[in-house]
Amino acid sequence: MSSIYSEIILDYYRYPRNKGSLPHPQIQARDSNPLCGDIVEMQLELDEKNTVKDVKFNGQGCAISQASASMLTELVKGKTVDDVRKISKEDVLSLIGGQLTAVRLKCALLSLKVLKTGVYNYIGSTESTNEELSSL
Amino acid sequence: MSRQRWAAASNSTSQKATSPAAAATASYPKARNKLPGLAVPKNTTPTTKPPLTFPGQLAQSTVRGYATQKQATAYIHEKKPFDVERVRHDFPILKRVINGKPLAYLDSAATTQKPRDVIDELTRFYNEYNANVHRGVYKISEEATAAYEEARAKIARLINANSPNEIIFVRGTTEAINLVAQSWGRTNVGLGDGIILTEMEHHSNIVPWQLLAKERGAHLKYVGITDDGHLVHEDFRQHLESGSIKLVTMTHVSNVLGTINPVREYIREAHKQGCPVLVDAAQSVPHMPVDVQDLDCDFLAFSGHKMCGPTGIGILYAKKSILQAMPPYHGGGEMIREVHLYESAWKDPPYKFEAGTTNIAGAIGLGKAVDYVSGLGLRNIQEHEQELTEYAHDRLGKVKGIRIYGPENPRTKSGVISFNMGDVHAHDMATLLDEDGIAVRSGHHCAQPLMERLGVSSTTRASVYVYNTEDEIDRLTQSLERAGRIFKL
Repeated sequence: MSSIYSEIILDYYRYPRNKGSLPHPQIQARDSNPLCGDIVEMQLELDEKNTVKDVKFNGQGCAISQASASMLTELVKGKTVDDVRKISKEDVLSLIGGQLTAVRLKCALLSLKVLKTGVYNYIGSTESTNEELSSL
Repeated sequence: MSRQRWAAASNSTSQKATSPAAAATASYPKARNKLPGLAVPKNTTPTTKPPLTFPGQLAQSTVRGYATQKQATAYIHEKKPFDVERVRHDFPILKRVINGKPLAYLDSAATTQKPRDVIDELTRFYNEYNANVHRGVYKISEEATAAYEEARAKIARLINANSPNEIIFVRGTTEAINLVAQSWGRTNVGLGDGIILTEMEHHSNIVPWQLLAKERGAHLKYVGITDDGHLVHEDFRQHLESGSIKLVTMTHVSNVLGTINPVREYIREAHKQGCPVLVDAAQSVPHMPVDVQDLDCDFLAFSGHKMCGPTGIGILYAKKSILQAMPPYHGGGEMIREVHLYESAWKDPPYKFEAGTTNIAGAIGLGKAVDYVSGLGLRNIQEHEQELTEYAHDRLGKVKGIRIYGPENPRTKSGVISFNMGDVHAHDMATLLDEDGIAVRSGHHCAQPLMERLGVSSTTRASVYVYNTEDEIDRLTQSLERAGRIFKL
């Protein structure tokens, strides 16, 4: 049986891109997965056009949660806040590739949940956002 | 793989079970005449079911005498022939195929699988004699009551309680401990009092005491652990002598490290200071002979689902005199003698602590589970697990990059093996093993303070029970090696 642990996932796990912290992030959020103990924190710095100028993540946990967080930072860099808001579950899962079980899906989507929480706090949340976040 | 090695060790008292096949030829009532109210080992493959009998009354009348009970407990605990392949046939779930491989279930410390006898008894209860207990004056209610009380008597025999009245049905270990904290604790623990715990407790033996301590203004004192997972005895002595200690509460066997704690010795020392002791036996009663009179513990808690029984049923044992002095935990029906508008009178223990309709099917199922493990023999179970643990330590210890936590000598622990490998996170490890059909637990195992002590965020845990084989340990080893290759360790 082929493993979810592709070379790419392991590479991002061992050598995470954009790991660290930013001095003046306009957007930041943090969350954990109480079941696994995975922790992910995201920080975004925007320019005057509301485009993501720089992004960093920090955290600890399994390869899936940490690699997906790192991959997500690469995806959002250069995007406008509005485009970041439109990133879907499927976008993240296609970055990871492979089949995940329901429990491991939580690990894969933790960083997206954190990112969206930060973005929604920044633009002002609405009721529908709560629903979206709880589905992640 | 057939295992005959215990057959030779049978002593004269085990003639009733020289082999499972021989035992099966003895008829059920006849066997019971020899040693009243005992679990009778049956052929492990169900051929003819024993007739539906309700030996509750019999148990009540004949087993309360100490000598008989002692004999019964000795029988349950003694060595008998054991054949793991036969045992495996009793567990329907072991036929499952996961990801194209036979299920290797190595998570029995979380919950064990259920033998057919237990599953069938649950169905039989609902099909044939489902009724509320202690109330109906009709046939099936009497049958249900008898089976429910017989289950209580079986559990008393399993742990050698003085009387079935010292056995309280609860939801599980967690509820048992909360019951003690809320009922006994709120009565006996006050401002400035101390409670001794250990750093290797499960959250269920930490949080109820934190709640109590906060409410009563009491404080918690922890016995530390050594790097190889044993309690620091000196911590315990110092805490005990610091005065105003009202309770010692400790696990018998660590659910993470497998360490078997010398609870008997600790109980002696605590009693010298007049301090009662609660033993969390969730990981010991299913795996080894436990005798509450020998330990002399004041409270003992364990869960049914970790010993082949259904979920949602567990046991609190406590000494009779303590139970009598304790106020009720929950108020409601069934636990009362009389109810008036402004005051009520309680029934005697154990009923005082069993408000409302309890988990009747669960209790009866647990009774069947006790029959099952008694039939295998607790000494056998312990030895089987010991051998597997030694084998696992030997095999796993050779895997590149592995670190096993807890006692290095597998003879001083139970069948729980926690480990990490290189920088592979426990959850990734569990996913990789699942790809090979191997079920293990990963995470903090509801013991975060212990994880902190070990300096890790999580571990992978393999735990064995009656149905596990050396072959499964080999598969685990191979799968770990595969994980090592994938992660390029």
